[in-house]
Amino acid sequence: MKTFATYNIKGGVGKTATAVNLSYLAARDGYRVLLWDLDPQGAASFLFRIRPRVKGGGKALIRGTRPIDDTIKATDFDNLDLLPSDFTYRNLDLVLDSARKPARRLGSLLAPLDAEYDVIFLDCPPGISLLSESVLHAADTLLVPLIPTTLSVRTLDQLTEFIGGFDGSRPTILAFFSMIDRRKRLHIQIAEQLPAQRDDVAAAAVPALSVIEQMSVRRAPVTAFAPRSAAARCYGELWQEARERGKLPAPPSAAW
Amino acid sequence: MQSVLRQYVVDCEDAEPEQALNLPGSPFTVSAAARPASVRRLWLDTFDWRLYRSGLTLEQTSARGATDLVLTGRDGAVIAADRLSPPLVKWPGRLDVLPLGPLRDQLAPVVGVRALLPVARAVSSVRENRVLNVDDKIVARIAVDRMSVTFPEPRSLPPRVAVTPLRGYQQQAAQVAAVLAAVPGVSEGSQSALEAALAAAGRRPGDYSSKISIRLAPRMPASAALATVCTALLDTLEANVDGTLRDLDTEFLHDLRIAVRRSRSALKLAGDALPDGVAKRFAPEFKWLSDLTTPTRDLDVYLLGFPGMAAGLVAATADELEPFHDHLRRSRAAAQRQLARGLRSARFGRFRKEWRQALAAAGAARTRPSAGRLAASRIGRAHRRVIRDGGAITATSPPESLHELRKRCKELRYLLELFGSLYDPGELWRAVRDLKALQDCLGEFQDTQVQQDELRAFAAQMMAEGGTPAATLLAMGEIAAGLAARQHRARSEFAGRFRDFAGPASQGRIQALIGTAAA
Repeated sequence: MKTFATYNIKGGVGKTATAVNLSYLAARDGYRVLLWDLDPQGAASFLFRIRPRVKGGGKALIRGTRPIDDTIKATDFDNLDLLPSDFTYRNLDLVLDSARKPARRLGSLLAPLDAEYDVIFLDCPPGISLLSESVLHAADTLLVPLIPTTLSVRTLDQLTEFIGGFDGSRPTILAFFSMIDRRKRLHIQIAEQLPAQRDDVAAAAVPALSVIEQMSVRRAPVTAFAPRSAAARCYGELWQEARERGKLPAPPSAAW
Repeated sequence: MQSVLRQYVVDCEDAEPEQALNLPGSPFTVSAAARPASVRRLWLDTFDWRLYRSGLTLEQTSARGATDLVLTGRDGAVIAADRLSPPLVKWPGRLDVLPLGPLRDQLAPVVGVRALLPVARAVSSVRENRVLNVDDKIVARIAVDRMSVTFPEPRSLPPRVAVTPLRGYQQQAAQVAAVLAAVPGVSEGSQSALEAALAAAGRRPGDYSSKISIRLAPRMPASAALATVCTALLDTLEANVDGTLRDLDTEFLHDLRIAVRRSRSALKLAGDALPDGVAKRFAPEFKWLSDLTTPTRDLDVYLLGFPGMAAGLVAATADELEPFHDHLRRSRAAAQRQLARGLRSARFGRFRKEWRQALAAAGAARTRPSAGRLAASRIGRAHRRVIRDGGAITATSPPESLHELRKRCKELRYLLELFGSLYDPGELWRAVRDLKALQDCLGEFQDTQVQQDELRAFAAQMMAEGGTPAATLLAMGEIAAGLAARQHRARSEFAGRFRDFAGPASQGRIQALIGTAAA
């Protein structure tokens, strides 16, 4: 089981769109996929038409009084399940704070799902918190969407430094440019130059496209409702790179 | 994959019960797939239903150019599956026709040496419906399956409706099922598709077993009881003829031989309960059948045990045994041809017909004593013989005395099995368990002796044919030495096993058993 997390300290940079589309593509490839919508706003749950509600709230999940298994819901797509958001997730920091080894708690909650899923996606809320630290520890690969600005690059450096200080295993960082505005020269310049200069920035990038915004109207991944669109192609390329960088083995059920 | 929550049968061919979910006020809507999918279905199992008895179903489905082999459990959930790529597997076939992988791994311990045979074929037209909630989220799937059975008997079945929840939506799916259940003409269907396909032909899964599954009553006339038992054995014998002739797997011949041996024992030990002359007339025919089937079975035993023998070599290598393996295969092919000639002969056809007629006549006879009394006297006598002959065996007794005792034990065992339905199953099981422990020891002693003798005969044949490498004969010598060591071990264990069998606890169990049926 490999865990991918979409993370950025900033909001509105395309974390949820990436988690939703990449988890769909992974499932389409034959992997058994679980997406955990950790953001109390519940955007990923909304996009899969699943109500953002967990019985007992985040506290029950983190404390283990409610098995994760009981909370998982199937999406409309084969091989793709979702652990929905809940508004109580806004207090997850407090719940984690009272848990033993809070930074490792998410990882230990996910460990029993190893036999059931090949890939787990964690869609994180923005910010730096105990929750995000726990996510960084649980993830094998960190997918970091960046708006192509100088400040974003600086934030990536800060994140890299922060993870570099971890004891034991550290996630692989794969940043990629998201919401590229083709009308802005700076966006194009940074998005072209940086992947050539840095190993941790993907060659694949996702421009700002209206079809991606259509996801909230269609309530489905763009890769599902517009599989031949430019956006779907970009997510496809990004998934290829993430798969390779995350050293994901071939799907077990590929033969069937 | 989620398992089916509820299954229904619809009494009208054109009905669309799922449309009840689209009625005003319903919290659900149903959206149907554009067109039904046509699926060719083939169910596979061993002749003795090993998969079905283990709660497994193996189905081959062909649709849109792809063929899948899917193994499911009792709840319908998929355990393992494989996509079969051309050239497609031809059934019947043994497990080695399947590619290596999880499906074969799951099947191997259940199927063993048996072949997989088609047990039913059908063509299904399946319409998939998605059930949506108010958010247009799929909460369940309704599959309407219109199935036409093509084998074992062509028949169209009433539409079958299955409700499958999506994970996390069991409650909504239960509501959907409740709506469907309330539609006129819809009734709960407990049969699986395989069971329904077989029921259309008047069959049911698990309808063959090599075990004697008849019910005798203690007060019924002994002749009728014996005729019932022997008719069941004749049914088993006949059921295995086709598979033996087609050489589908080694168990057909094994089951056929067991039916022959049980019948021989019944005639020998209780044949006097049948009308005059019957036992005398048919005993030679069973002896002929027994002799006819022995060479092939003996070679089967060798070939089945061959990988184990080769793996057990210490000084020699498995490669050096290969000429011996070839010799066994050639001999087996020749023995099988001989066997097939016998089973296709007029003599065998005549025997089957006349034996069945004789049993029908014997079943109608109203002779004394009762089945209970006959069983008690014959089991009691056979038991006394085992105790007497076994007690006379000492450390210096010749091997023949153990061979004779093995025959006496077999007779007792067959009697317990033939008349088993007269007794309490628990008591019978305990009595057979005591006897089986002794039989295992005697069987090991004699089988290893026979195999050593055969090995010498094989070696002589191979030498006479010429061209056998010395290394092969040396490897065969090593196997013979291993057999001799096993025989020696079995001999040293005999005294302890017999002491247990002849002990008061074991004796008491047999006496109690005999007493109940006689009473």
